[in-house]
Amino acid sequence: MISLTSPVETWAHRVPAGVKLAALSLATIGLFALEDPAPLALAFAGSVALVLSGGWRFAGAAARSLRILWPFLGLIALWHGVTGQLAEGLAVALRLLAALTLASFVTMTTRLTDMVAVASWLLAPFRRFGLSTRALELSVALVVRFTPSIARKGGLLTEAWRARSARRAGWQVVMPLAALAIDDAEHVAEALRARGGVVPPEHTG
Amino acid sequence: MERTLTLVALFAALIAGLGLIPKFTLAFGVPITAQTLGVMLAGTVLGAKRGALACLLFIALVALGLPLLAGGRGGLGVFASPTVGFLVGWPAAAFVTGFIVERWRGNLALVSSIASVIGGILVLYVFGVIGMSVTLGKTLPEAALLVTAFIPGDVIKAVLAGLITSALARSRPASVLSRG
Repeated sequence: MISLTSPVETWAHRVPAGVKLAALSLATIGLFALEDPAPLALAFAGSVALVLSGGWRFAGAAARSLRILWPFLGLIALWHGVTGQLAEGLAVALRLLAALTLASFVTMTTRLTDMVAVASWLLAPFRRFGLSTRALELSVALVVRFTPSIARKGGLLTEAWRARSARRAGWQVVMPLAALAIDDAEHVAEALRARGGVVPPEHTG
Repeated sequence: MERTLTLVALFAALIAGLGLIPKFTLAFGVPITAQTLGVMLAGTVLGAKRGALACLLFIALVALGLPLLAGGRGGLGVFASPTVGFLVGWPAAAFVTGFIVERWRGNLALVSSIASVIGGILVLYVFGVIGMSVTLGKTLPEAALLVTAFIPGDVIKAVLAGLITSALARSRPASVLSRG
């Protein structure tokens, strides 16, 4: 499966993932603490400069990730245009833009394996309370492997529907798709058991 | 153990797969994706704990940067956008949905639909509205007003979740763990 990491190599790809995630957390907390449009505009300008440091192609891809904000920006403009609290609306819009730009920047410059490494480092203390990181790793691998497979089966079900009906398929394919997912799960569980199961041998006695 | 793990993982994959099915649009133009239908089904089919785990797994993978949300969205940006609550609330929504189906032993289709309304709409919208109110700087009633247009679509999804659950219980009885 394709992750959202940018294929355009930037300087930020070489910064450790933990550092980027910690900086992002602090920056986001900071953005929500600010109320005044002026420092927020500065923060947004800074985040844009950060993204532009990766080059035009990288910045273009980052700009596309901001598209989901359009309806909300329109809503803010309308709302604050009507109520007349323009400074407040500007602050909300700039805060959203800056926070989303920074978050996309971190996702685009961090490889999936590095993200997983940080996640398992964060989860390490929970191992003491009986969390099986092995089961977790296995389930992550299963989702990554089976999502394209289920999507393909969904596509086939939709085509089969189209072959028989003049109308478009919609929710009708969800039930057979769920049944196929359940069948896959039963088969994989059987295969796992046949290969010794999820629990490591030293725990089984 | 193995079955629990694979069912949780495959339901997370199912939620992702549902994001790729073309949207169906309601009469008055509000688009609805099938992904929250997947969240309701995780609760009604897998039960409270496993359903919540499937959603938790899905959200973790989105945060790590996999484009699993409808329209190929994903990554940390999702958690900074106004709709964050509607994603973060999934595990709680699936848990409440599953909890009701596990405890209330009535007609499965009816109970699953009602459970999906309570878990997949009521509980989820509490998270969603809080998220919107924080990110958009609005009061809670103002934020609630902004999402009312999506409730009819979600009610339809809840009814579908009930019908699909009872159909699954007939075709794969052993796998509907919420009534196991």
